[in-house]
Amino acid sequence: MNDAAVEQFSARCYKSDIKPIWCPGCGDFGVLASISRALAQLQIPPQEVAVVSGIGCSSRIPAYLNAYGFHGVHGRALPLATGLKLARPELTVLVAGGDGDGFAIGGNHFLHACRRNADLTYIVMDNQVYGMTKGQASPTTAPDWGLGQLTPGGPGMNPFLPLVLALGSGANFLARATSSDPGGTANILVEAIRHPGFSFVQVLSPCLTFQPEQRHWKKKVRPSPVEPTSDPVRAARRLMTDDNFFVGVLYRGEREPYQEPVVELQSELSALESEFEVRDLAYASSKVNAR
Amino acid sequence: MAQKRLSITVAGSGGAGVMTVGNALLEAAGLTGWYAHMVRSSGPQIRGGEVAAMICLSPEPIASEPAHCDLLLAIDWKNIDRFGDEISLTGNSLVVCDPESGQAPASICDSAVRCVEVPLQQLAGTIKGGRPNMVALGVAAQMVGIPRQFVQATLEKVFQGDQRVKAAMAGVDAGFAAAPAANGLASLPLPAAPCTGRWSITGNEATALGALHGGVRFAAGYPITPATEILEWLALALPKVGGAFVQAEDELAAINQVIGASFGGVPAITATAGPGFALMMESIGLAVAAEVPAVVVNVMRGGPSTGIPTKSEQADLNIALYGLPGDAPHLVVAPTSVNDCLNATQWAVHLSECLQSPAIVLSSQALGQTRIVGDKPAITGTDAARDVPEVIEDNYQRYRLTPSGVSPMSLPGMAGGRYTAEGLEHNEAGIPSVRPGDHLQQLNKRRDKLTRFDYGEYWADIQGAGSTAIITWGAPTGAAREQLACSGKFDGGLRLIALRLLAPEQPERMAAALDGVSRLLVVEHSHGGQFYKYLRSCYDLPDDTRLFCRPGPLPILAAEIACQLEQWNKP
Repeated sequence: MNDAAVEQFSARCYKSDIKPIWCPGCGDFGVLASISRALAQLQIPPQEVAVVSGIGCSSRIPAYLNAYGFHGVHGRALPLATGLKLARPELTVLVAGGDGDGFAIGGNHFLHACRRNADLTYIVMDNQVYGMTKGQASPTTAPDWGLGQLTPGGPGMNPFLPLVLALGSGANFLARATSSDPGGTANILVEAIRHPGFSFVQVLSPCLTFQPEQRHWKKKVRPSPVEPTSDPVRAARRLMTDDNFFVGVLYRGEREPYQEPVVELQSELSALESEFEVRDLAYASSKVNAR
Repeated sequence: MAQKRLSITVAGSGGAGVMTVGNALLEAAGLTGWYAHMVRSSGPQIRGGEVAAMICLSPEPIASEPAHCDLLLAIDWKNIDRFGDEISLTGNSLVVCDPESGQAPASICDSAVRCVEVPLQQLAGTIKGGRPNMVALGVAAQMVGIPRQFVQATLEKVFQGDQRVKAAMAGVDAGFAAAPAANGLASLPLPAAPCTGRWSITGNEATALGALHGGVRFAAGYPITPATEILEWLALALPKVGGAFVQAEDELAAINQVIGASFGGVPAITATAGPGFALMMESIGLAVAAEVPAVVVNVMRGGPSTGIPTKSEQADLNIALYGLPGDAPHLVVAPTSVNDCLNATQWAVHLSECLQSPAIVLSSQALGQTRIVGDKPAITGTDAARDVPEVIEDNYQRYRLTPSGVSPMSLPGMAGGRYTAEGLEHNEAGIPSVRPGDHLQQLNKRRDKLTRFDYGEYWADIQGAGSTAIITWGAPTGAAREQLACSGKFDGGLRLIALRLLAPEQPERMAAALDGVSRLLVVEHSHGGQFYKYLRSCYDLPDDTRLFCRPGPLPILAAEIACQLEQWNKP
């Protein structure tokens, strides 16, 4: 963190004037605070930051931040952010959303964003429920959760393990955080943003409206007992065997981030057009010689 | 006797090298000084299917497919029956085939054509590295009068390495020697002077090049027939001009990557066909709402659903015009020829950037995968012109109301220009709003910016004069143009109106275009008459308006349009 005396941007600088519309007790308030704190720690000018989201309660977050934002369509935040980052590599691009947006409708993009490993930070506020549509099961909901209107008796399927999926798909940085510790989450986000390549942070962010049991999460979460690893095999073992409540940085990969190939020798368009010209070089030169 | 046109079809099974022969014949004909036009016809398979290259050569520019085939060159007879409807043989047609491929099928023999056998496989077998298709190329070149040196020059471009060129030319020479003499084919006149400034280009290549001329420096796409060549060309070209290309995981990703890049200030494009286009619809609506420029090329193929991927149709007009949820004004542009794929796409980029609106370019397989040797397209300067403020004013509002309806667009990185682009309805500041006043204001803004813009004369190609008019769009324009050349036959003359701008509609320009027209023939390549219904809903048409619509996969021919016009004169 920069010396406080030369600090230009406070956490407040990254918050917009729009008052968040979230239910009382929503974990997303804490995540909003964590993002603005992390950006302040990094001292990135607000205009150099872009936050991209899809649809859902947590996807409203770009408008609540003082940064460039894009509140797109449901499930497509990652490709939109990928396009932005590849077109404007100097920007810091964050992607934010929920578990339904990221793992159900946007599931394919999640896999491929991990695999592509563009230098993005993806923050998923996981509350294991669709909140904005009033309480349906999501891909991370427990199989016996019986309150979902569309899945009477529970979804009956095991939940996704998002961190395992991300590891298997090639994400370069994995962490779990909790909205109940905005300071700790901010520190994790700082690391995630700094780490090259695709960083995925699963934030346990309770929905007290539709998943009231989640109020006990803050008692369950605890720091990961082991140091982060760069060995995907060890990371996989830990992620497959933990109880989903260890928080902290879990994996720091060493893959090179995705970049567009840079062609040293730039061409004019007219040079590209020469392939279309109908011309017989050998014949033309023989005619010239004949003269 | 010299004639104006010669049409040659090269057919064979997939992998036999039909397209290599076709491309080489086209290029060599270009070097000879002729214009050329080649339609590829293939099944959906890569190997083991069927392929035909239908080539037309002429000393004059060629706008559409020929009605008949003068020379059918069959490398083999496998699956030739699948082309029965496409290869139109007459009593004057000549068929060259290989006796080793067995008997010519009944469908070919029944056409009462002259058949000549050339042992392509046997001749190729005598050459080290020889292939029957190169022998066939030599036969075709000899029969139509293309000099050997031009075939060689072409193959030197196609094949890398002296040995491969040598083997290919040995095959070509065997073909030259074995070609039937006194074959009865008409000969095309050779040009008096050398021809310069001709291009050999497909509509898909022209589309991609037009995008770059328009200022596009980012593209994303997912492979789909028959649009893939646009993406392939851009993937190689963009890095050379400082741009970027991404192969997306699906079309949903491709369109959103394009929107993301464009939000960042880089003009961006994607290309797809019907099924992928359907997937993109929701996000094209996002670009409308958030006012982000984005260009989507749809190279139309037969539909619905997977349909006929390798064949052409114009049945995606409805989805292009009306496929977006909500009241979502946007641009729809259609090229009227292979060369116009370049100009129309460049124009679409320009309009999209100027108007901060998505632009859909409706090309089709018939344009995209047709290769022509023709005059180089006239290219104007690069002119992507997005209104990006140099200095951000205080209290900047991204969606501020302006007389034109277009608001200055800040880009990430600009201090003071921060906003959140929204799919939600919003107010002038970009803040989500459900107020009726804000909704109406922004709906009006998004409509007015498109309707207030002056699209100029390029909105349509209008040729000829007279009280009878053909109105069409896209690929059938070529056939209609050829018909226009015979306009002397029509009392009161013949006029052609080929629309390039399909949305927003242009009632005043259309009224002027139709001024004095009493009989109007609507020509379109669809089953349901989508274009006709669109015209009916947007424009005042003459009382005597008739529709000629026919679905794919066969192209609309000039002769069919002539037939329709003749029927008019019958009592």
